[in-house]
Amino acid sequence: MYRGVMIIGEQRGGELHPVTYELLARGRALADKLSEELSCVVLGHDMERFAEGIIQRGADVVYIVDNPLLRNFLPRPYTSVLTRLAKEVKPEIVLAAATTQGRTIMPLVAAKLDTGLTADCTGLDIDPLDRSLLQTRPAIGGNVMATIKTPASRPQMATVRPKSTKPLSADKARSGRVVLKSYEKDMFTTCEELVRFVKDATQDVNVQDADIVVSGGKGLKTRDNFCMIEELASLFGAAVGATRDVVDLGWVGYPHQIGLSGKTVSPKLYIALGLSGSVQHLAGMQTSETIVAINKDPDAQIFKVADFGIVGDLFDVVPELIEKLKERKNGKLRREG
Amino acid sequence: MNIYVLLKQVPGTSDVKMDEETGTMIRTEHKNVINPLDENALAEAIRLRDVMPEAKVTAISMGPPHAQKALREAIALGADEAVLLSHRGFGGSDTLATSKALAKALVTLAGGKLGKNDLVLCGERATDGETGQVGPMVSAILDVPVVTYVRKIDCENHAIVAERVVEEGLELIKASLPAVVTVIKDINQPGFPTLSGKLKAKSREIPVITPLDLGLSSDDVGLQGSPTRVVKVFRPRLSRDTIMCRQDSAGTAVDNLISFLEERGVV
Ligand SMILES: Cc1cc2nc3c(=O)[nH]c(=O)nc-3n(C[C@H](O)[C@H](O)[C@H](O)COP(=O)(O)OP(=O)(O)OC[C@H]3O[C@@H](n4cnc5c(N)ncnc54)[C@H](O)[C@@H]3O)c2cc1C
Ligand SMILES: Nc1ncnc2c1ncn2[C@@H]1O[C@H](COP(=O)(O)O)[C@@H](O)[C@H]1O
Repeated sequence: MYRGVMIIGEQRGGELHPVTYELLARGRALADKLSEELSCVVLGHDMERFAEGIIQRGADVVYIVDNPLLRNFLPRPYTSVLTRLAKEVKPEIVLAAATTQGRTIMPLVAAKLDTGLTADCTGLDIDPLDRSLLQTRPAIGGNVMATIKTPASRPQMATVRPKSTKPLSADKARSGRVVLKSYEKDMFTTCEELVRFVKDATQDVNVQDADIVVSGGKGLKTRDNFCMIEELASLFGAAVGATRDVVDLGWVGYPHQIGLSGKTVSPKLYIALGLSGSVQHLAGMQTSETIVAINKDPDAQIFKVADFGIVGDLFDVVPELIEKLKERKNGKLRREG
Repeated sequence: MNIYVLLKQVPGTSDVKMDEETGTMIRTEHKNVINPLDENALAEAIRLRDVMPEAKVTAISMGPPHAQKALREAIALGADEAVLLSHRGFGGSDTLATSKALAKALVTLAGGKLGKNDLVLCGERATDGETGQVGPMVSAILDVPVVTYVRKIDCENHAIVAERVVEEGLELIKASLPAVVTVIKDINQPGFPTLSGKLKAKSREIPVITPLDLGLSSDDVGLQGSPTRVVKVFRPRLSRDTIMCRQDSAGTAVDNLISFLEERGVV
């Protein structure tokens, strides 16, 4: 009998990555609908200190597998441990983040468990008729959404797009169990080895962590004009985003690409400038809290998802906006000073 | 050394058109292409072969009969051999069923077991399904190591050293062979077909393999062998209550925008 929901916590460099809290929020909602427990697995070394926080964010049970050999993410030992644990705990649902880790480990575990896996889900729900998991993801280049079920195999497994869920706030009153798991040595043997990790500054563009994202599209016409986007972004304290066409033109690097084949963001404010709002782009930003669009074409798709739209030439609107924001800032400083 | 490239035929990107009424995809066969990342995988295989004595590149694809066009292209680009897994019984396979079939084909082609220097290359993901699951699943079924998101490969004796691109940087991973590697766009710039390649591609027989040839039953592959089912396809409804302004010389649009942002507490 498979019961309950299990999420796989993400550990990077010995720290619990916040995407874990997003998974907990997803898992909690599903577990409540099923009236079952939510468990969270954390693999690594010295990770027990995160258990309390995991419980406060929604887990009923935390499984900790502690071993120095799990310090770095390596497919072989992570697969062995997770496969074994899934066989012992028998959750009906297993979720992980659609990150490089989650997207690597989940297919490995799913194949070992001989069960189905749905990648990159943006929506998860429980079918009230048969209590099965409804896994919704963009399909056909983001043109449509497909809902997928795993009728006969268990567990039902899915990876979830980062930033597609808001974490629950920590509830200090919540209680739960912490279970320390240990396994025999050969579970940790590996034929892969992390020789070295090099932190890459160019990859450090945190569009996904930013509260405000200012994105530009091909409407900017040249790389030089794209500087306007960067200036506006710095005024807002925002990250710079871009469409794929802009990235392909080389105006900014791939880490800035928002959309189906780029990053998914859901900031407090998304400002879209001179971009049409293709389905593929919308797939990466439409869950933003507030969306502002500026485009000269009144029929541009982007206005369909915008809260505030300005129909106009961005070469007039943006400089004016930059000017007024600067005045406003200076005014504020003067008042405060 | 045998280098196997798993290569999928996908619809050309500009080619995916939607039927607005039914919400289904309109596909036209002749505009299909090799999945772009699989071209990178193939180019990498060819690069490795050319520095390795007696290495051979075999392209493997599973798909409808017209997928042999993609395999001919692979030969024109420099692959030594190509085989196609094609049969109605494979139809409707999800990623797990596809991986089982491809894994079985690899083992069969390798004569029972992958060799100590063999390498399987895949694209990180295909543009149609966008799952990126097949590479890792194949490795799990074969019980060999996998390195994903790779942008550089160096071969050593019975091992590879690969640069794996993750969110915060670069991992240098050493893995023993045989292994599966999934590659990303940065790994290389795919080349063009050569004249001799084109000639070879024209005359070459491309063997077609069926589930029976692989000793697979209908429970293993196809719809029956697939644990997942698409139960609904729909168009996302996107609508918000939009405040629209038109830019004018008086600057009211921008003033309105700033007040709007103040109201929402974002500036
Ligand atoms: C499988 C697949 C995956 C994809 N993945 C992504 C992805 O992840 N992210 C992504 O963004 N795209 C993706 N795309 C590409 C996508 O289909 C579009 O081609 C792309 O988003 C368009 O970029 P754009 O909006 O910058 O350009 P365009 O569509 O050309 O839009 C430019 C806009 O600028 C406006 N404009 C021009 N001049 C001005 C001006 N002076 N003032 C104001 N407005 C002006 C125009 O009215 C127009 O609306 C993908 C495509 C496929 C097939
Ligand atoms: N039908 C197929 N035939 C051959 N290779 C495939 C097939 N499907 C997937 N692959 C390989 O697996 C990779 C990932 O595909 P996917 O999991 O569909 O995103 C592709 O880039 C191919 O290398």
